[in-house]
Amino acid sequence: MQVLLAITIGLLYASGIYMILRRSLVKLIIGLILLGNGVNLLIFLLGRITKGNPPIIDESMKTFDGAYADPVPQALILTAIVISFGLQSFAIVLIKRVYKVVNTDDMDKLSLNEDDQR
Amino acid sequence: MTEQLILLPILTQALIAVFLLFCWGKLRVQQLISILGSTLNLAFAGWLFISVWQNGIASVQSGNWEAPFGITFVADTLSVTLVLLTAISGLAVSIFASVTVVAARLRFGFLPILHFLLMGLCGGFLTGDIFNLYVWFEIIIISSFVLITLGSEKQQLEGSVKYFALNMLASIIFLTALAILYGLFGTLNMADLSGRIAQVENRSLVHVCALFFFVGFGIKSAVFPLYFWLPDSYHTPPSAVSAIFSGLLTKVGVYALIRVFTLLFTDDVFIDTVLLGVGVLTIFSGGIGSLVQTNIRKVFSYLIICHIGFMIAGLGLFNKLALAGMMFYLIHDILVKTNLFFVSGLIYKIKGSDDMRVLGGMYKSNPMISLLLAVPLFSLVGIPPLSGFWPKISLILGALESENFLVLGMLLFGSFITLFIIARLWAKVFWKPGDQLKIRKDFEYFSDYSQTRKVFVLIPVIMLAAVSIYVGFGAEHINTLAERVAGELLDTKPYIQTVLGK
Repeated sequence: MQVLLAITIGLLYASGIYMILRRSLVKLIIGLILLGNGVNLLIFLLGRITKGNPPIIDESMKTFDGAYADPVPQALILTAIVISFGLQSFAIVLIKRVYKVVNTDDMDKLSLNEDDQR
Repeated sequence: MTEQLILLPILTQALIAVFLLFCWGKLRVQQLISILGSTLNLAFAGWLFISVWQNGIASVQSGNWEAPFGITFVADTLSVTLVLLTAISGLAVSIFASVTVVAARLRFGFLPILHFLLMGLCGGFLTGDIFNLYVWFEIIIISSFVLITLGSEKQQLEGSVKYFALNMLASIIFLTALAILYGLFGTLNMADLSGRIAQVENRSLVHVCALFFFVGFGIKSAVFPLYFWLPDSYHTPPSAVSAIFSGLLTKVGVYALIRVFTLLFTDDVFIDTVLLGVGVLTIFSGGIGSLVQTNIRKVFSYLIICHIGFMIAGLGLFNKLALAGMMFYLIHDILVKTNLFFVSGLIYKIKGSDDMRVLGGMYKSNPMISLLLAVPLFSLVGIPPLSGFWPKISLILGALESENFLVLGMLLFGSFITLFIIARLWAKVFWKPGDQLKIRKDFEYFSDYSQTRKVFVLIPVIMLAAVSIYVGFGAEHINTLAERVAGELLDTKPYIQTVLGK
């Protein structure tokens, strides 16, 4: 399982970086989304995958008993997913707006705004 | 009592932002709440500062979950100083934004977002948990995305695409570093991590992790070679936004670098070399970059980069003098850079342009305002006894103590090039006889403002100028503060003891 996850993470990072190097705005966003998913899986993998019980202490017990899953990575991933969801929705609205105003999807066509005045 | 005080700056900003949201569309009320709230926040930040200054480092565990399991908020001298500076610049920006930003932008929630941004900054400075730092960073960047795109002008959107893409990438890299850190140590509390990192046998894994942090924060603080987004985007939004961005957003990246490379990854020759190299190159490329610019705000954008290099190099030298110099420089830089963009905004409002090639004759037409603007400009250069002079002495002495002459030379080069650029700007914008610029229709000139509005535009500039004059003339006080911060950065035991309680 670990190996499989490691390969998946590698693929997500590689394809994400490939996509953000493209000139299209849409591909840029897709690349960032892929990278975001890759990093979530990375936290999951590095938080150690264990086959165990959910991290809930039984009413009658004071401490954990036996193997249990580490709850922290799950909380971290949940937070990261929510944040990246917000950022991605903003990004999609932004590129739609940029496309309407600048009328191009090509990053190279965005001017370097050197001389024009506001 | 100190413990609860730590959360006050964050909570006040959050409450102000929420109140502002309730007053959606009522501009007068919003402006009033924003300014009064910022004043209140300044009082709280000052209270927190005095309390930490007298009683030493304080910490609070949120929800009473003991460290290292819960999220800790720590107020050491570095944090509270930055929170105080955030409150000062926040108040200035809130006044400046209320009077200069056009009503259409204000109506779309400019002020609430500004206060969410300030809340994120305070939270970032005060947190003691590195994942929590990530969350505050996200709050900061999402607010800054809204501020930079609000208005949707063509130029703004083009700048914001670059700003957005690079900052989101930086967050992903930061998160990758966090994943590795958690995988290695199973904790995210910075005080708890501090001791454990030094014990790891596998140094290369630690270096990889440190470099991920460096790249992540480096993009945010715009160091060489990761700064290209900054000059392309910082001059596009209204001046009030540029002011808060240049004063505080890049500095929060620097703060994160300071925190991570003094508390977590310390005493590592490899990392110090990287920091020094990057610092030197940042000073050089920022300085050279600003030479060829003609737009005032772009000149200032490159100067931000140049002066970030001063701080990174100071951090890389890692001796007490250099760290004190870096801290002093940070204090000076936040105040002056915020004010510089007010200056550029004021010039733009008076003349209707910010192109140095067509500007001129400011001194003749507005002599009093020109004299006022001279204060931040000359502070930046570091003409004694203004504020930029003292930290440079400490930095240079620090470089001499480490016998690092490359850094020494580059510090002098950076100071010289700043002098040259500001002198040229002064000659071109203020002294050169100016042609009559074309009168722009649909543009609110400064001279069209009512008398009270003019006063309100000048208040934040005067306020920040007064504070930076104090920093210059009261350098002894600031130096005591900077040395105390440097001491805390070098000896992290009290910090760790306060958080972990042992």
